Amino acid sequence: MSSSGIDLNRRQFLQKSAISAGVLLVGVQIPSRGNTAAAMNDAPLVTDAFIRLSPDNAATILMNHSEFGNGAYTSLSMMVAEELDLDWNTIRLEAAPTETQYYSPLFGEYLTAGSVSTASSFMPMRIAGAKTRALLLTAASIYWRSDQQSLRTENSHVLHADGRSVSYGDLISTIRQHGLTPPEDVSLKAPADYRILGKPTKRIEAKEKLDGSAIYGIDIRLPDMLYGVVQRPAVFGARVAAYNADAALKVPGVIKAKAIDAGVVVLANDYWTAKKGAALVKIEWDYGNLDQLSTNQFFQDYAELSKQPGMLAEDIGDAKSILDADENTLEAVYEMPYLAHATMEPMNCTAVVADGSCEIWTGTQYQSNDRTVVARMLDLPEEAVTINRTLMGGSFGRRASKSADYVTDAVQAAQGEGRPVQIIWSREEDIRGGHYRPLFVHRLRGTVDDDGYPLAWQQTVVGQSIMQNTKHDPGYMVRGMDIYSLDGCLQEPFGVFPYGTSYQIPNHRVESHNPPKVGVVPQEWRSVGHSHTGIAYECFLDELAHRGDKDPLELRLYLTREHARMHRVLQTLKDKSNWTAKLGRGRGRGVASRIYSVSPIALAVEVTVDEDGQYSVDRMVCVVDCGFAVNPLGIESQIQGGIMLGLNAAAYGAIDIEAGAIVQSNFHDYRPLRLNQMPDVEVHILDSDEPPTGVGEQSTTPVAPALGNALFNATGRRVRHFPLDRQGFALKA
Amino acid sequence: MFKISINGKTESIDASADTPLLWVLRDHLNLTGSKFGCGIGLCGACTVYLDGKPVRSCALPVSSIGAKPVETIETVSTESSMIAVQEAWLERDVAQCGYCQTGQVMAANALLREQPEPDADAINAAMSGHVCRCGTYQRIREAIAVASRNLTEDAT
Repeated sequence: MSSSGIDLNRRQFLQKSAISAGVLLVGVQIPSRGNTAAAMNDAPLVTDAFIRLSPDNAATILMNHSEFGNGAYTSLSMMVAEELDLDWNTIRLEAAPTETQYYSPLFGEYLTAGSVSTASSFMPMRIAGAKTRALLLTAASIYWRSDQQSLRTENSHVLHADGRSVSYGDLISTIRQHGLTPPEDVSLKAPADYRILGKPTKRIEAKEKLDGSAIYGIDIRLPDMLYGVVQRPAVFGARVAAYNADAALKVPGVIKAKAIDAGVVVLANDYWTAKKGAALVKIEWDYGNLDQLSTNQFFQDYAELSKQPGMLAEDIGDAKSILDADENTLEAVYEMPYLAHATMEPMNCTAVVADGSCEIWTGTQYQSNDRTVVARMLDLPEEAVTINRTLMGGSFGRRASKSADYVTDAVQAAQGEGRPVQIIWSREEDIRGGHYRPLFVHRLRGTVDDDGYPLAWQQTVVGQSIMQNTKHDPGYMVRGMDIYSLDGCLQEPFGVFPYGTSYQIPNHRVESHNPPKVGVVPQEWRSVGHSHTGIAYECFLDELAHRGDKDPLELRLYLTREHARMHRVLQTLKDKSNWTAKLGRGRGRGVASRIYSVSPIALAVEVTVDEDGQYSVDRMVCVVDCGFAVNPLGIESQIQGGIMLGLNAAAYGAIDIEAGAIVQSNFHDYRPLRLNQMPDVEVHILDSDEPPTGVGEQSTTPVAPALGNALFNATGRRVRHFPLDRQGFALKA
Repeated sequence: MFKISINGKTESIDASADTPLLWVLRDHLNLTGSKFGCGIGLCGACTVYLDGKPVRSCALPVSSIGAKPVETIETVSTESSMIAVQEAWLERDVAQCGYCQTGQVMAANALLREQPEPDADAINAAMSGHVCRCGTYQRIREAIAVASRNLTEDAT
């Protein structure tokens, strides 16, 4: 680490500040490279990039994926513990540093996204465990002068057939004495021998989340640390032209005020004082040209644009001619608003900027990008920027900020201070933060054949691209089209996404418009494109089912007849949801089925609707095929949680912009779903020997369409503009 | 300067009168288990006990506390009823991101102290002010049932 440019005193200070809470270590722990005999004996043994063994027989596993509720820390630990036969209670976890060896093998960046953590870690983490196990077996055979055939491993010990046992920790000195290293090639356990993988396993870092000892970004406390609050513009695109902080500086405890890119930051010894000070800064804003930005205007413009030919993404058969010629062609426009992530822990970051170095403590999904952005901003080599990743109070995509917005706030605030600065966003700043699931308009046309089956489908997708003009352009762009805008609309694989809708409609055409990105930063939001494509596709498919007089689930079974995995999911759903059972007056059921990040998922929803449009969700049954289910308990949680977020968005979710300003501000007008509104969800995970695939985002996507379809089934009224509360449907407590 | 009783100890707090108790706990006393979520009493992440009753510390000025004792998650976690609640939470694997969960268990523990066998209405009333964005509500209901069973069995 001497190349980091961070001076030794700073490094020692920071090392001492590393905090331990339960199984988690926060802060960079540099393995001792001391050369005294004592230091050698006490030091943990680095057996692999991911594993350190301690003489006290604890094992530290380095986590190269973020934990924000997704369960990555548990499933990755399970993989190592399985192959290494670790005692589960001796595991300690540490966030892996921002080094290329820890980058996602799928993305080539240090990024937790796309519901791929479990899938992409399934080989590397097991191999890491198996290699260390092989090393320990070699060490034990030397230690006992025994052949390896007599040895096995269990609970962090090597056991000899003759009854002797030695802990992994006690083998460290043998490994060091003989300079042993792990083998290059190892074999992995057969699934039949799994003792951990595939078994319901409780969250590894659960305990510290219940007694208050878990450390989130907002809980970082460093010696001499200042708190900062930023007064931000109410209007998109506004910049500080001038400001007067005299009143702020008179607040006892306020230390300083200064302009940063985001606004004017006020520093104090506690958050409240900084907040009071920030409110008193008089700022003259340069309003730029976005002060007439309006979501109503977006909807109007996009609806108009959707009538125009777009870039052609897919054209199977001859959909356009059929639809143009058919006088019975159905046409519908679906509208989906901007959505904020509204994580429970508002955005925050702590930074210290020293001469030639910067150190950051924050919750992030995307730390390689954060580091790059900060290094460029400070004109430092990347190695001079250290990121200590903490737990996160939710993310849903928000903490994968391509601009590293909440990180740069803190770094700019800390510049020139010579001491750590923590910036905490208020809930209002968080909801008005401008990083949203983009607003989309989909225009659909369709018709059915003489037997009532969908014959032709045309979908024109209009919305701001997430990936265009970012560093992911061109990787996630195909012929100028953002594959995330279209994910879930296309029948065939597109770009790097190796799956289609699972349906077969003989004539299928999809077009795309990328209107200019103004004001809002379009960002991934749990299930990304599917959060809007799922609604448009699955609701319009319901419209076609109704037109063709088909049961919506039977129609999906027909359309997926050549897609074995989705077909099995739907058959299971039909059975588990008692789909054919009659429902009484005022009741209805709906279905949606989707593939996101390879995993097929389907959801059935039952509702009861009063005459005045008040509805309750009575039952939700979800079936998923995610390949081999690494942790069935974690999968169930992810499915339940994703469904809640989907229901929340369907019922209430909308961010509006009027005259360049965000209308919503806190939980009274960007309403979170409450416990008394959330039904129990029945989750069915299909058995599978296929490699594991994603579950973190899949269940969010079918909720809004299945619910909209259920409301139609109950009332005959079709909702095409979301959220539901703006269409006369009110979710009851 | 305010003298308030926090977790059984009298603390002298040098803060302005309007400082919400939450920030006194977090920034002045380094008790970070109570979380900031909304700042206007709508999410429950900041729940502490004031005079034994759950309150939203984010909207409670330090000057209004007076002699009433404040208890936070850090100290309530050592009480037997809370330990039973936390064990039920672990058994049902409730927490996901976990950020709201200290507030959730504070509310559940307060509920179970008042009503050891709460019905669905009582659970809804006690818990619906507590926002979870990860969607752990179903498991919270299950965990409260487990804790209720364990606590009432212990009592008999």
